[in-house]
Amino acid sequence: MIKKKMYPTWFIFGALLLYAVLYVLPSVMGIGYSFTDWSVYSQEIHFVGWQNFATVFSTDYNYTRILGNTFLFTFVTTLAKNVIGLALAVLLTKRVKLLNFHRAVMYLPCVLSALIVGMIFKSVLNPKIGLLNTALRAIGLDALAMNWLTDSRIAFNSVMAVDIWKGMGYIMTILIAGLMSIPPTYYEAAQIDGGSAWQCFRHITLPLLMPTLTVTTVLNVIYGLKVFDTVYALTNGGPGYATEVLYTGVYKEFGLGRYAVGTTLSSIMTVVMLVVGYFMIKHMVKGGGGEA
Amino acid sequence: MNSRMKNRRKLQAIGVNALAWVLSLILIAPLMLILVNSFKDSVAASDMNLALTANPQWSNYSLVIEKGKLGTTFLNSMLYSIGSVLLCTLLSSMAAYVMSRNGRRLHRFLYLFIVLGIAMPINFVTLMKVMQFVRLMNTRTGIVLLYTATQIPFNVFLIHSFVSKIPEEIDEAAIIDGATPLGLFVRVVLPLLKPVLVTVMVLTFLNTWNEFVMPLYFLGSSTKWPMTLAVYNFFGMYFKDWNLVCADIVLTSAPVILVYLLGQKYIVAGMTAGAIKG
Repeated sequence: MIKKKMYPTWFIFGALLLYAVLYVLPSVMGIGYSFTDWSVYSQEIHFVGWQNFATVFSTDYNYTRILGNTFLFTFVTTLAKNVIGLALAVLLTKRVKLLNFHRAVMYLPCVLSALIVGMIFKSVLNPKIGLLNTALRAIGLDALAMNWLTDSRIAFNSVMAVDIWKGMGYIMTILIAGLMSIPPTYYEAAQIDGGSAWQCFRHITLPLLMPTLTVTTVLNVIYGLKVFDTVYALTNGGPGYATEVLYTGVYKEFGLGRYAVGTTLSSIMTVVMLVVGYFMIKHMVKGGGGEA
Repeated sequence: MNSRMKNRRKLQAIGVNALAWVLSLILIAPLMLILVNSFKDSVAASDMNLALTANPQWSNYSLVIEKGKLGTTFLNSMLYSIGSVLLCTLLSSMAAYVMSRNGRRLHRFLYLFIVLGIAMPINFVTLMKVMQFVRLMNTRTGIVLLYTATQIPFNVFLIHSFVSKIPEEIDEAAIIDGATPLGLFVRVVLPLLKPVLVTVMVLTFLNTWNEFVMPLYFLGSSTKWPMTLAVYNFFGMYFKDWNLVCADIVLTSAPVILVYLLGQKYIVAGMTAGAIKG
């Protein structure tokens, strides 16, 4: 067949090799090492069965809390970014002056490094001199000025809020493109029939935007489960375990030389992500079915 | 009746514009805070407020470049970003092109296998073992290869969907004219892929410039650190001098903001290409 010659398979090798060795191989190895006692001190590595998993899921340690935090973070940020992103997208497809300026500003936090955003908000959320508490005091809301990052009851909310602040523009941008692909004639027809703004949104915008919202949800779930940067920069998991998520936990295990537990946590995420990835691929294959 | 509707429209327009401004200000205030304070002296900056300073301290910048060793870290960041942009774009486009064109099952499977990487997490602990085995721990080459590997899945995905829009007749015509497969790819296909390649390059640059987790795990010596990691370390050492920290933040973010302003069109294209099609 001529296609075989025209499109030689060796073109794929470079990408495939790097991806397989530096990306897939560690994940596969990780599952194997989850069943060992590998640590920085071990001379040789022994098979220990499900022991690491027992440790991770035991209530004697804080690992279940870490897993819980990770899922809570994913759920809350995904929901909030979609809702706020949709509101912003609807607002910024209306007749607003300087439309492109506003859109550019709202996307700006997305291009900054999460580490830098973390540092910026360490200043903004500083209880004494931070911009937020200063502003709250200036408008007489002293009671709302809190220890945003050091109070263990609200620290996790603050971390999630910063992440939402950083990421909502990204969702907004995708949804704006989705909104603009809806033909305006649909709205005109609805207006002639006397439909209210809410009815238009509920019966035209939302259903037609569903496929796009599915994609933004999947992307946010993938991002949320893997979050590290923002948490590391803001609180590094503290105070206590209040803001610890899976990947900050892995980093700490790595630093302590407890490689087996670190890799076990990672492997749990690998399995979860295989499920998420399966849905992602299924959606893509369905969506891109006509491309070939 | 008519004038009342007009009035309502007007009020609505004012409301919508005001809301947009309020939201934009909320987003931009923290960034202005950093810019404003990077020009203050140490005492004024310790308050971290939005007040403008009467005499801007330009020397903050020269001081932080010297104290934070920003010369070296800037070159490191440039090397990591440009190195992985070039390597990743080349490898991803070669792979995506062949996997899109060559209709065999194996290629379709390999495509899905690579794209699965968009979701897959990295196991940093065992990755260390692999990095030691291939002798790439604590090397600049290692970081470039890691950045390339992690961005292959999304880039392959973007390019793959673009290739399928280019008619195959062009390839056949080139082959009949005597082009080799490699010649066909380099001289005919690559120029046609230019729009998506620019998108891929811009996104890869932004991602690599902002990344710091790989160096955190795999670069022990601070002389090889990129700007992001260096600024965080600087923050730990000079946390009392917010003016210097702010200047460092401004300098570290300047390249990505510049690339963003120049390549905004391509970033949006890349973001939405993946999402809207699906």
